[in-house]
Amino acid sequence: MKTASPFHELEDSARVRVEFDGRPLDLPQGANLAAALLAAGVTVFRQTPVSGAPRGPFCMMGACFDCLVEVDGVVRQACMLEVTEGMRIAAPHQRRDSDETQ
Amino acid sequence: MKRSDLIVIGAGPAGMAAAAKAAETGLAVTLLDEQPRPGGQIYRDVDRAAAKRGRILGADYTHGATLTQSLNHPAIAQISGAVVWEIEEGFRVSYTKDGCAAQVAGDRIILATGALERPMPVPGWTLPGVMTAGAAQILLKQSGMVARRAALVGSGPLLYLIAAQMIRAGTPPLALVETQTRGDLLGAMPHLPGALRGWPYLAKGMKLLREIIRARVPRHTGASAIAVEGGTHAEAVRFRAGGRSHRIACDTVLLHHGVVPNTQAARSIGVAHRWNEAQRCFAPILDTWGATDVAGVLIAGDGAGIGGAKAAEIAGRIAALKVAEEHGKLTQGERDAQARPLLAARARELAVRPFLDTAYPPLSEAMTPADATIVCRCEEVTAGDIRGYAKLGCLGPNQAKAFGRPGMGPCQGRYCGLTVTALLAEAHGTSPDATGYYRIRPPLKPVTLGELAAMENPAQRATEQE
Repeated sequence: MKTASPFHELEDSARVRVEFDGRPLDLPQGANLAAALLAAGVTVFRQTPVSGAPRGPFCMMGACFDCLVEVDGVVRQACMLEVTEGMRIAAPHQRRDSDETQ
Repeated sequence: MKRSDLIVIGAGPAGMAAAAKAAETGLAVTLLDEQPRPGGQIYRDVDRAAAKRGRILGADYTHGATLTQSLNHPAIAQISGAVVWEIEEGFRVSYTKDGCAAQVAGDRIILATGALERPMPVPGWTLPGVMTAGAAQILLKQSGMVARRAALVGSGPLLYLIAAQMIRAGTPPLALVETQTRGDLLGAMPHLPGALRGWPYLAKGMKLLREIIRARVPRHTGASAIAVEGGTHAEAVRFRAGGRSHRIACDTVLLHHGVVPNTQAARSIGVAHRWNEAQRCFAPILDTWGATDVAGVLIAGDGAGIGGAKAAEIAGRIAALKVAEEHGKLTQGERDAQARPLLAARARELAVRPFLDTAYPPLSEAMTPADATIVCRCEEVTAGDIRGYAKLGCLGPNQAKAFGRPGMGPCQGRYCGLTVTALLAEAHGTSPDATGYYRIRPPLKPVTLGELAAMENPAQRATEQE
């Protein structure tokens, strides 16, 4: 069910299994990753390193860097990636003051 | 390293038209673009989306397919998914694609890096669920997604287009909260006769407004004191309009008060920029052809000053003609003969701009926001912080970085630069030109050591084979 998403999808397409923060998600193959996560009801992508404030996609064109996620261990802009099967997606590292403990 | 006569950076209308025209004259062209498929933001993913959603997006969008098709030319090497992070003398352009850094060389460069949404710092604009209106368009074009409960907030014709597209998609916006005032419209009237040369734009605008009225989307104008409420996500937008306070509960707030040239790449190679008071932004200083003060570098499209997609397409062709003439592919006479109708067409496309710029000005409370409002999203620096730096003697944006890191996060000032300049100019009573802008340095986008290490290195590979 995608009713939890603030977005309505006009079409349906073939999905592949990915992992977001440890839980399985089925996202449209080849879709823009940031868009696909929003459509799946993921609204908060990360917390900022400065204050821990929640952030999600803002510009969708690779300029604002608010949609940063960690994909297979590398911090990337979700809006600049396409969904592929088996992607392991997580929120990037958290607040700066907790960096030492990581 | 691959070498070509011309490197075009950006495959939006200006870049695509420039590449196609240059190839037509016999130049070897490399076209670099960040996205997986050409189109830029205005024609984002047009080759896929036009067939599926052409009815919703309209003919102005599907026109982009004519440009993407024109790239199918043997003299054009298209490199998609290429994030350019450095341009060096000579010219050598470094980019990352598929996790590997790579380089191309070229004799001349046309920068067609387009526009960014004008930053609209209002309280709550960093909350998830608050996006630019352009982002909503991208979601619709590329992914076929429409916000279920959205408020459109700001000013400008793009808001009408998005509202109409959302209506056609069966999910109208909850409200259109417009910040321009009746006074702005009256002030724009002297520009109306000139704008009539661009009458198709005015006719299209009226048609969009009729669609919005017919769908009974509530419209507020002259809105101010805009703030987005929410804990971990946008929950409502508050504003004042018509003498009273309003609160619209919603999940998505789409902000827009115009677009501004994306000057990052041009600034990184030292192209001179100047404040454009009519458009309230910095724009590169160019000649008729789009040539900058850096030899061999031209700029076409919205990155040169906001003119819209059609003007950008024409400007791309004009810049390509100049490069072709300099390369000996065209005589000056041939260049000028081809350019004459293009220059006239561009003037017609731009005729409506003074009217639009005056009738839909940016929201003043978001140009120099209240103290508590975050202006630098990355480093979470507020307007009050910037005013505080000014009191301590901070004169310009580059100095401000040392005070509190504005502009030093991953977006590199793209969404705070104009605000920081405006706040410092206001504090010191100086002009934007005198206040200046962030110095932009490579890498233009973050590049990892792994990506650098993966860069093709033919010399090293040869040694390894010995």
